[in-house]
Amino acid sequence: MTAPAPLAITHLTVAYGDKTVLWDITWQATPGLTAIVGPNGAGKSTLLRAALGLIPSIAGDARFFGRKLEEVRNRVGYLPQRASVDWDFPASALDVVCMSRYPRMRWWGRVPKAERDAALGALEQVGLADLADRQIGRLSGGQQQRVFLARALAQDADLYLMDEPFAAVDAATEQAIIAVLRRVVAAGRSVIAVHHDLATVPAYFDHVLLLNGRAVAAGHVKAAFTPDAIARAYGGRLNVLEQAVAEGGLR
Amino acid sequence: MSLGYNTLVVLLGCALLGLACGTVGAFALLRGRALMADAVGHAALPGVVLAAMIVATLGGNPRALPPLLAGALVAGVLGVLAVQALTRGRRIREDAAIAIVLSSFYALGVALLSYVQTMPQAAQAGLGKFILGQAAAMRAEDALWAGGIAAFSVLICLVLFQRLRAACFDPDYARVMGLSVARTDLMLLALIVIVAVAGLQAVGLVLVVALLILPAATARLLTHRLPVLLLVSAFLGALAGALGAAASAFEPEWPTGAAVVLAGAIFFTLALLLAPERGVLPEAWRRTRRRIAATESHFLRAAWEAQEAAGAGPGTAGDRWTPIAALAAARGWSEGHASRLALWLGLRGLLARADGEIHLTPRGAAAARRAVRAHRAVELHLLGLGATDIAGADRLADLVEHGLPAEMATRLLAEPSSLPASPHALGPRS
Amino acid sequence: MTVVDFLRLDLPALLAAILACGLCGLLGSFLVLRRDSLLGDALSHAVLPGIIAGFAITGARAGLPMLLGALAAALLAVFLISLVRRVARLESGAATGAVFTSFFALGLMLIEATGARSVDLDLDCVLFGQLESLVWLEAQGFASLFDPAALASLPRQIFLLAAVSIVVAGLVALLWRPLHLLCFDPDYAAAIGLPARGLELALNLMVAAAAVAAFEAVGSILVVAMLVCPAAAIRLLTDSYRAQVLGGAALGAALGALGYALAGPVPAALGQEFALNAAGVIGTLGGLMVAGAMGLRELRAAFRKPEIISG
Repeated sequence: MTAPAPLAITHLTVAYGDKTVLWDITWQATPGLTAIVGPNGAGKSTLLRAALGLIPSIAGDARFFGRKLEEVRNRVGYLPQRASVDWDFPASALDVVCMSRYPRMRWWGRVPKAERDAALGALEQVGLADLADRQIGRLSGGQQQRVFLARALAQDADLYLMDEPFAAVDAATEQAIIAVLRRVVAAGRSVIAVHHDLATVPAYFDHVLLLNGRAVAAGHVKAAFTPDAIARAYGGRLNVLEQAVAEGGLR
Repeated sequence: MSLGYNTLVVLLGCALLGLACGTVGAFALLRGRALMADAVGHAALPGVVLAAMIVATLGGNPRALPPLLAGALVAGVLGVLAVQALTRGRRIREDAAIAIVLSSFYALGVALLSYVQTMPQAAQAGLGKFILGQAAAMRAEDALWAGGIAAFSVLICLVLFQRLRAACFDPDYARVMGLSVARTDLMLLALIVIVAVAGLQAVGLVLVVALLILPAATARLLTHRLPVLLLVSAFLGALAGALGAAASAFEPEWPTGAAVVLAGAIFFTLALLLAPERGVLPEAWRRTRRRIAATESHFLRAAWEAQEAAGAGPGTAGDRWTPIAALAAARGWSEGHASRLALWLGLRGLLARADGEIHLTPRGAAAARRAVRAHRAVELHLLGLGATDIAGADRLADLVEHGLPAEMATRLLAEPSSLPASPHALGPRS
Repeated sequence: MTVVDFLRLDLPALLAAILACGLCGLLGSFLVLRRDSLLGDALSHAVLPGIIAGFAITGARAGLPMLLGALAAALLAVFLISLVRRVARLESGAATGAVFTSFFALGLMLIEATGARSVDLDLDCVLFGQLESLVWLEAQGFASLFDPAALASLPRQIFLLAAVSIVVAGLVALLWRPLHLLCFDPDYAAAIGLPARGLELALNLMVAAAAVAAFEAVGSILVVAMLVCPAAAIRLLTDSYRAQVLGGAALGAALGALGYALAGPVPAALGQEFALNAAGVIGTLGGLMVAGAMGLRELRAAFRKPEIISG
């Protein structure tokens, strides 16, 4: 018997008020590095948030490693969309990373040394160990994003759901982040990331889910990321650049 | 009691004041500045007290309104400036800044008030009225002042209507059009200060903010169009002001501010519950009706499809009775639920019942056919899109077919009057 | 002034001021961090009809019914604020303003309608605070501080304040880290399985309890001032969570003591005839403290070398 998929979504339907955003999505993630791609308003973030139970769904459900989320919370990590947090907040980079381990600690007293070390290790992974004590508002945008990546990594999960990990970061940070993600996957874990740059999908990811309210195509990048599928996902809304990628297919 | 000249003037003054608060409040609410009035109102207290102290020390009449209002105006402006200074560093957000200003200015006012009480010249006389408002204590002269200021601010609103509208609805567009939003905001703030100060004596500084928020919020529940919103807000403000003043005239002990605000709160509550589009009750009623209609059409469709599966059809030779149990199985309902639905539909004359079986009446058959058509139209459309598999289409169609306009079903189906075969087998659900 | 005078007239008020201001200062940090400062404003006003209703139903100025009524009113207000936000699609400030002013107006009318005014629940207490009216007439000297019978005759507002302070301090310590995350990133807290909604409710309940307990002793407006001013002042000066929360509480308590002293005892000691309203002075000091912190921050920024942020 094969291991259950890290994330299996069945018949997921989500609506905001009268507007249906996701239509009957059924999708099984393959272990590895997966991109969720689609035009604006395609429901990419909604898919992650509904799977995590952060927003209610009308129908369908999501299973992680064959179980309900509550049973395997510790195995699922989450990186929210470039957090709309208060950057003046009294918290250092290390504080923020430690937050991901709060559910495993006692709620009061000092942070246990083991947990602190785990958080420091995660900061090390993203190359920010020397800035651990700096207040988050005094980090650059790219560093902030890496702190949040470290926070997700510190959850020590087997599956990471990441909402636009590359949003608003410069090219160097993007490369650094993708290198981290590759290491994570090489260690036998899975990453599912919402991604908005069609051009880098084949270079960065192993698998892809093309989304446009419904699941248009899914599978290995080589098989599923076809011009035809992209055109279907984006309808008439491809811009010139994306069109070029779509027609050129895989380079 | 008869309405004396004084009472009448006070009543009119309060109505005019409510009108002004409703008008300015509408813009303030749309621009997200309504709570500024709370800061201004509370900040006015030390200004009023200081003005009274100065007037008393100079030997003037500390009850004369103009110096007190001038003091309130100065302090109110200082309060607004303080809020802006606090938020400039971005460390302190507007909510905190407003709370800081309103509480510490008010506290200063309270401390000054306690000092004034030790002064010999009865300077404190009547100052307490500014806190909760007491229209009964207003003289015609005071009402004229308040009414005059209110009328002035309404006039300004009318003159600035286009600019205010642009700033409220689409600040970016206004900027592109070359209208300075910052300047418009400043004028709006000035208007807020003016009406809040004008309202002090009648409504009181603690509650004057409510007279800016409640009528405007009520109007927003009732309409989306700005001119209508303004009219409704102004009218409700005037009504609340007049009612409060009237209450104060009959029961001089009642704090007028509370009466005015309660009137506004009642309007708002009614709108919250009953507003045709957004109200809680109409919305619940619509939802219930949709749910009932959906359940009805699911039942009727099951009845139709049960016939269809048996190769018969309503109105044909093979027309026959269907056990309720079979319908319950087809929908995955409990039999009790299905029986209750059958009873209800029987009462509506859509089917006949006997011995646990049902039979569609002609009217019921027509309704059932419409339901089947809508369901299959959606189902086939979804399948045609490649959106989902057959079972998924069935489930989705169950969710969205209701409320599908007739012309939509016609557009989705190639043959206007045809009834396509179901894409899936009919029978009990797994 | 004799020791007995101090114990009889000043100690109870001083204790109440310190407890109320410390309690509000402690919780204020969470409100400021959550950008929800107006909740303090809302709750401290919204409890009024609950207090009056509790008074009207039992007909006595007993502690418990009024406390329960106030808590019920506070919870109802929180619920209504979220309902109004959703249904009327108002931004949270306006929704808050619409609800709490209505509650407060209702409370004012209830005071008239139920005759509460004629007993001793008067408006002045609501509007100005009545710290000065807290007295301990049984005090005979320092020995009274260790005499249970005499201590039991301290004004009951002090017992209520002390009880709420202990419970709230315990809860804050117990929920130390979850509250940190809740203030920073509530969505993420929910995503990793912390009971975010429960925590939010606990926080609201704590603020409501603090507002109720402090309300009677210091008046509604001082509750607002102490829920925001100390926390905001500390907010300008530190980037540490621990310093923020503990500093807010300490600054609140210090302001309470200092303000009380400046209002009555200090002018008296200087031979002045007047005494100021203590709640008013404390609140004014709160505002000045924020202004001072702001100045200090500017000063620090001017002297610090610019920090280089590297990409």
